[in-house]
Parts: sequence; C-alpha cells; structure tokens
Amino acid sequence: MAEKVALTGNEAAALAMKQIDPDVVAAYPITPQTELMHDFAQFVANGEVQTEFVATESEHSAMSACVGAAASGARAMTATCGQGLALMWEIVYIAASYRLPIVMADVNRALSGPLNIHCDHSDSMGARDSGWIQLFSEDSQEVYDNLIQAVRIAEHKDVLLPVMVCFDGFIISHTMQILETLPKEKVQQFVGEYTPAYNLLDVKNPITVGSLDLPAYYFEHKRKQEEAMKNAFAVIQQVGKDYGKLSGRSYDFAQKYRVEDAEIVLVALGSVCGTAKAAIDNARKRGISCGLLKLRVFRPFPAEEIVKALQRAKSVAVLDRSISFGLGGPLFHEVCSASYQSGLRTPIVSAIYGLGGRDTTVTDIEAYIERLAQQVRSNRFEREPFYIALRE
Amino acid sequence: MNECEVLRNWRDEPIAGIVREGGTSKNYKTGSWRTYRPIRSEEKCIHCLRCWIYCPDAAVKVKNGKVVAIDYDYCKGCGICAKECPPKASAIEMKLESEFA
Repeated sequence: MAEKVALTGNEAAALAMKQIDPDVVAAYPITPQTELMHDFAQFVANGEVQTEFVATESEHSAMSACVGAAASGARAMTATCGQGLALMWEIVYIAASYRLPIVMADVNRALSGPLNIHCDHSDSMGARDSGWIQLFSEDSQEVYDNLIQAVRIAEHKDVLLPVMVCFDGFIISHTMQILETLPKEKVQQFVGEYTPAYNLLDVKNPITVGSLDLPAYYFEHKRKQEEAMKNAFAVIQQVGKDYGKLSGRSYDFAQKYRVEDAEIVLVALGSVCGTAKAAIDNARKRGISCGLLKLRVFRPFPAEEIVKALQRAKSVAVLDRSISFGLGGPLFHEVCSASYQSGLRTPIVSAIYGLGGRDTTVTDIEAYIERLAQQVRSNRFEREPFYIALRE
Repeated sequence: MNECEVLRNWRDEPIAGIVREGGTSKNYKTGSWRTYRPIRSEEKCIHCLRCWIYCPDAAVKVKNGKVVAIDYDYCKGCGICAKECPPKASAIEMKLESEFA
C-alpha cells in the first residue's frame, strides 16, 4: 500500500497537508517555505482538497486567521519560516494559550540581520517558550510523517496544543529525496474526524475566548497549559507507535544511532543528523567509539529519555544550530540541565554549527569527533563552545 | 469579581480561560475604577440624550425617552457625558470621587 516517491521536503509537507485535508489553511509566502504553500494552493485550485485557503497580508494575520478558524471549530494549518515566524510571534503564543491544536510547518531559516534566507534553528528556538510542541525532522520522510502525527498529537483531548513541525530550510525543503507515502484514505483514517474542545460558533452554548485574564486566574491557566505539555509526552509516544503500525515507521522522542556501546555521543536536531551518522560510521572505522542521539521532540523536552540514552557515554557533545546570545547553545544547556537534575555527571561539551546555512560536511563532523576523542583521551574537556567550520 | 467568590484551582478551570456563559461582563463592576463622578442635575437636564449616545459604557439609564440615572456600578468616570452635555444645559458636573467617600 505504501508508495515510493521522490519529493523535496516542501513537496512532502504539501502532500501531507493535502492528505490531511484541513478545513482552513491561512498562510503568507516566505522563502524557503514558499514552494510548500505554492504546491498546497495548487491542490486547492485543482479541487483536490476541501480546504478554505486564506491568502493573508502577513504572517501575523496568517496565524490570527488560524486562531479564529480553530476557535470556531475548524482544523487549521499553516506554514512559515524565519522572519515569518518572527512576525507571527504574538499570535504564536496566543494559539498555544487558547489551546488551539493548529499544526504549522516551520521551514527553519536564520533570523535577520543581516538578511539571510538559509537554514539555522534561531527561528524555532526563539519560539521554544511559546507553548507549542516542537518536532524536528531529519529528512523528507520525517517531514511527511511528523506532519501527519502532529494532527493527532495536537488534537488529543489531554493535549490540545499547537504543534510546530520543523525542518531545515533548503537542506530539506529544497532537496529531493525518496520517501514512502500512504494512501489518502489511510491518512484520513489516522487523523480522524476533528472534534473541537470548544466552538465559538456554537450559538446554543455561548462562550468567550480571549477575555481579560487578570492576576486572579491567569496563573491557574498557565499551570493548566503546562500540564497539557506534560500530558503530551505519553500522547506523542502513543501516536508514534500507532503510526508505526500504519506505516511501518515508529516514532519516539529520539532516535539512537550506534549509541549502545559508544564512548562519545553526539546530540543533535534536524538534517545534520544524517551528516553525523555518516561521520560516525567513518570514525568507527578508524576505531573511535561514537554514536548519535537524534532528538525529534524538543518541546516538551524529554529530559528523562535523553539522560537514559546518555548513561553509558564517557563524553557527550551537543550540536546547536543557533545561539542563545550570552548563554550559548540552547540544546546544550537543556541537556546539561537534564543531566544535572538526574545526577548524571558525564562531561558535556558544546558545538555550534551551520548558522545562516553554513555548510556542515561529513568531514567537519569527523574532525569534530576526532577533537572529542582527544578530549576523552586526555580527560580534559573544553568549557567554551567549539564553532564548527567557522573561520577563526 | 465578587469578593465573596471562592476562586477555583487550576484543575477545575476550563482550558484557555474560556468563559462558559454569556453576559458575564455584567458581573464585573468597573465603577470602582472611577476617579471623577458625574453628577447630573435633574433640574438642568433637557433630556437631549447626548450623554446616553456618547457614554462608552452604556451607563446612562434612559426610560421613556428621558434620562433617569447614571449607573455608578459601571460608570468609569471618563467625563464624556459632561463634555457632550450642551452648554445651554450644562447639567452634568464631574466631582472628585473622594468627596463621596
């Protein structure tokens, strides 16, 4: 029943959206997401989906339209990247606060300035506290799979939170890869009928959404929102298993690649994981024991699973494609914090790579693994982040 | 908010802080925000209803085409009624709320 096709990441996302056939899509074009919405708009024009497509005048309006649609009981989706996500910011938080299960593809792009349209994770990292669930994808296959699962995760009654499916701009969005797709009716069956938790258009049961929420209750509502994030752990795992039954590809919080016996474990998000796997294979041939923990779920942050996967390592290196200025790599700091809380005292070092689309090659990662091996041998670990492929 | 109301804990709160019934803004008495209180003179009032038209909080009460009262539960004391009252009538005067304490 599975079909093998060659698609770019953007095309894979558009296909997933076509098969989900959401009630409303509101979007604004921005490189490198443009092709995704271009493709989807074509499906709408061709009558291949039932979706109401709203071409808005900005991303702020795109997310606002999604919020309005979702609060009115519609299944709503959108896609953006970089500056688009930045412009959307205010409403990104509102979507999560109103507990609206909107699904959004975020084609990771660097944030200005100076102007750059290429990949890094600054955009989605900035939204990490917004209350959205964040899934990262290594390739077109995962883009497709994550988007379909995102609908089920977002709409689960214990969750009701928006989900951002992140994938690397150009590297994934514009690269053609072979992936397996499902027939539309299987996807429709998997995502199911959408039953909204509340509906503004239900005139028999009038409600107010977005009222003034002063100190007497705002705190309680935020606590409830945090509980939904905690509930998402179990739901993400269950949906990952169910999707495995449907497609043969199961998903969890993270994927372990040659981690079991590894002395050095890399932790990373997104497309660099493919590069790292090749580098690890090469390094192992030269006798360096290394592996990769590919993180798929960044929010909620699966601290327990990460620490469990790192138990046997002698050293851990966390690769960040963004900088939290004045702190360092955000993923690095979250892994450190998870380790500290659980009592794990394995040395953890930080590497920052690929900002603004700087190419990160297999050779770059291999050289970095060599650098880590030296640190393990000398038992002296660097405290400052190492900048991969940066001119020093 | 009614001061006697027992506040619900976060588990019992509806998600997203939605309000599950209509017309609840009536329960929120914004009159406590007032610094100046409009005092309407029954003698001077010509019942032109300009205050009723302009009041942003619908706090001017009208019955059978005549102004009967200002609802101090909701009047925020913005003074628009006094400003809009025709000079020939000047029926509304704004007085410091503290004078009524």
